[in-house]
Amino acid sequence: MGEEITLNITRYNPDKDGKYTTQRYSIPYKNDWSILDALNYVKAELDGSLTYRWSCRMAVCGSCGMMVNGTPRLTCSTYLNEFYPKEITIEPLANFPVIRDLVVDINDFMAKLKSAKPWIIRKNKRDEDDTSKEYLQTTGQMDKYYQQTLCINCTLCYAACPVYGLHPDFLGPAVIALGHRYNKDSRDEGKADRREVLASEHGVWKCTVVGDCTEVCPKHVDPSAAIQRTKVDSAINWFFSFLTGRK
Amino acid sequence: MDVINHDILIVGGGGAGLRAAIEISKSNPSLKTAVVSKVYPMRSHTVAAEGGSAAVLKEDDNHDLHAYDTVKGSDFLADQDAVEVFVRDATREVVQIERWGCPWNREEDGRIATRWFGGMSRKRTLHAADKTGFHLLHALFQTSLKYDTLMRYDEWFVAALLVDEGKLGGVLALDTRRGVFSILAAKAVILCTGGVGRMYAFTSNAGIKTGDGAALAYRAGAPIKDMEFIQFHPSGLLRTGILITEASRGEGGYLYNKDGKRFMENYAPSKMELAPRDIVSRSIIEEVLAGRGFEGPYGSYVQLDLRHLGEAKIMEKLPMVRELCLDFAGMDPVYEPIPIRPTMHYTMGGVHTDKDGKTPIAGLYAAGEGGCVSIHGANRLGSNSLTELLVFGARAGRSAAEYVPISKPCSSERLQSLAKREMDIIQKRYMQPGNGKEKAGAILADLRKTMDEKVGIYRTDDGLKDAVQIIQRLKERFTGIRITQQSKVFNTELTGAMELDNMLEIAHVIAMNARIRKESRGGHARKDFPKRDDEQFLHHSLVFKTPEGPKRETFPVTITKWKPEERKY
Ligand SMILES: Cc1cc2nc3c(=O)[nH]c(=O)nc-3n(C[C@H](O)[C@H](O)[C@H](O)COP(=O)(O)OP(=O)(O)OC[C@H]3O[C@@H](n4cnc5c(N)ncnc54)[C@H](O)[C@@H]3O)c2cc1C
Ligand code: SF4
Ligand code: FES
Repeated sequence: MGEEITLNITRYNPDKDGKYTTQRYSIPYKNDWSILDALNYVKAELDGSLTYRWSCRMAVCGSCGMMVNGTPRLTCSTYLNEFYPKEITIEPLANFPVIRDLVVDINDFMAKLKSAKPWIIRKNKRDEDDTSKEYLQTTGQMDKYYQQTLCINCTLCYAACPVYGLHPDFLGPAVIALGHRYNKDSRDEGKADRREVLASEHGVWKCTVVGDCTEVCPKHVDPSAAIQRTKVDSAINWFFSFLTGRK
Repeated sequence: MDVINHDILIVGGGGAGLRAAIEISKSNPSLKTAVVSKVYPMRSHTVAAEGGSAAVLKEDDNHDLHAYDTVKGSDFLADQDAVEVFVRDATREVVQIERWGCPWNREEDGRIATRWFGGMSRKRTLHAADKTGFHLLHALFQTSLKYDTLMRYDEWFVAALLVDEGKLGGVLALDTRRGVFSILAAKAVILCTGGVGRMYAFTSNAGIKTGDGAALAYRAGAPIKDMEFIQFHPSGLLRTGILITEASRGEGGYLYNKDGKRFMENYAPSKMELAPRDIVSRSIIEEVLAGRGFEGPYGSYVQLDLRHLGEAKIMEKLPMVRELCLDFAGMDPVYEPIPIRPTMHYTMGGVHTDKDGKTPIAGLYAAGEGGCVSIHGANRLGSNSLTELLVFGARAGRSAAEYVPISKPCSSERLQSLAKREMDIIQKRYMQPGNGKEKAGAILADLRKTMDEKVGIYRTDDGLKDAVQIIQRLKERFTGIRITQQSKVFNTELTGAMELDNMLEIAHVIAMNARIRKESRGGHARKDFPKRDDEQFLHHSLVFKTPEGPKRETFPVTITKWKPEERKY
């Protein structure tokens, strides 16, 4: 028998006893295994009932987020060798209700995503489905929003956000970043439609600029900066509407 | 059992499924339409597509050229009428997705940019860096959110199609979160369930690509077409099989053997690294067999060198390649060549459909990688698949929407009795924990090994004969499968067993067809029959499920303008 590593994994099954417990698994240590590889090993060899989500195993589908030693991480691109020989604690993403073991309920996030109207809105609705020619957009115009298109909806930023933890109504980092992405897209004319949500009491103003979201984001979306820029935009807008008497 | 009524159900929330859903929602919002998907739509494997999406957009290009490239790439097995429809609709579809927010890379003047891709005679592959599928899927998903009438069943697993006397009535589906089966009744169902990649061990495909749609349709009596044609992509990262996009060669990357030679010179001197995938993959295997590969702890490989492109170009055009190399191979392509070998990548075959996604079962449609029109024939050209999702997703959506008003729903009693029959099978086959001894993981591992070794890039009669026998034995072992739990909530052991059953069903057909096709064409290469044989095999294979086992028929290839010729590059 070669080297081993210990995983401490949160178990929770509402069908069984509905209690949260921690189960220890000792597994062979392989220095090229991701945490997801290790979980797949446990499930195939030791315990078929262990439950978690995964799909692409290449850090792009956003399924496999978990708390790894207390920090939200994508488990398919986090490796055992970062921790070995120490034990690794694997828990469901913080701030979300747990469905079972490492699977959390993201329906709240999904509903918020829709509320930010993340699609191209045009004053003339016919533009939206017009296939006769493309909109022109320079690389410079694209640079204004491109970074925020990179979000894979992994919700790690929600697990890291203390404001979301305290106020589940908060729209949260990724959703605001996505609203910002469309606002900044030269093809879009829907900023006013989104203002209602982004600048609402559950929107940008709830953010206290902790910045943990940006820190944990695996795709460098920088939601924190997007939130601050949206604040500036809505403040300017508020100021102008005040001047012109328009609301 | 609960029955929920719909007009149209779309099974699958990848590119094809969402494109179909939007088409229906936008053209006929009064239809009760829903997307059922075993993962949240934006987790579908379309998200992983990297290199791009092909369409005629530029002045130096035209539809006949795109069609000819596609037909030649297919080794003349594509249906040319379907290809002509495909290339025409493609131009409109890629503009449409631009209007829905896809951040295509741009030329200096703000128009959409294109890049080179394998087997394409013009620069016609649109791209959003090397995250094209990601951007395309998220643009479609986000756009789909604007239709309030479009319903979704996220994380519902479709376990069976309910077909009443040749006419579709709905599906039996498991809400994984609650662990409850329901009847989702519908006048039309569009299967957009993706490919079968997970039955191979070394694959670029995600965990969810288990051929469910093909198995569902096949069991319900619809034929599956051309299943023997599997594409191996030349550049899989060692160890994991994760894809390094063909765009890395499109942007100018070179392939080297251990003697430092660009070996494609010997195999496709006019196209070099940009020959179609089947040819490049076989060339790599030939190099390794001739002892000119590198050797390492993860087996033999060749090198893909991007260093001469420079960091700026890599970061602009191929940022994901760099991320993947750093995250999954611990090396940086700016400074080192990438170690690669061919990886199972794409399923050319699928549920048999016509140009409008129709299958022989009334009310059943299919589109995307899980369908087979066929525009890819024996070998798909890179970047034709994402476009296919858009073109045929939309077409299937339109034809289902036209069919619904003239069709009658299946009666609720009839659906209940069909569902009961399926539930009995499910109970017996998958839900008797403790009764069996066979571990699903062990059966899957054996299947994947068999497919890699015996139904891989090169095939022989002996190997395929073995494969069929092994798969039959695995199917028997499956009947003794052991499920350790009876929990309802999110029982991935149960869904895993259903997926494994689907893979075994389809693997059998793939191996059987591969054995019968005694020729080499596109992605199907027989060591014992190295030549294409148009006299005997210029036809599609259709396989039906019968009580005696899979039954194969042939189906003619439609040839319009381009007579089969020798395929040289
Ligand atoms: C790594 C990689 C890179 C690629 N790059 C390119 C590229 O650059 N250009 C290109 O043209 N092509 C590319 N391809 C191919 C292309 O991405 C795929 O063929 C295409 O995305 C498949 O899309 P789809 O909509 O058919 O299926 P998928 O996106 O695979 O979606 C399948 C859907 O079906 C659902 N589903 C399946 N079974 C069930 C069930 N039983 N119950 C409920 N739901 C179910 C899933 O949840 C999912 O939503 C690439 C493929 C891979 C693997
Ligand atoms: S912003 Fe970053 S951390 Fe948050 S969901 Fe998107 S990708 Fe994940
Ligand atoms: S499995 Fe897809 S992001 Fe990790």
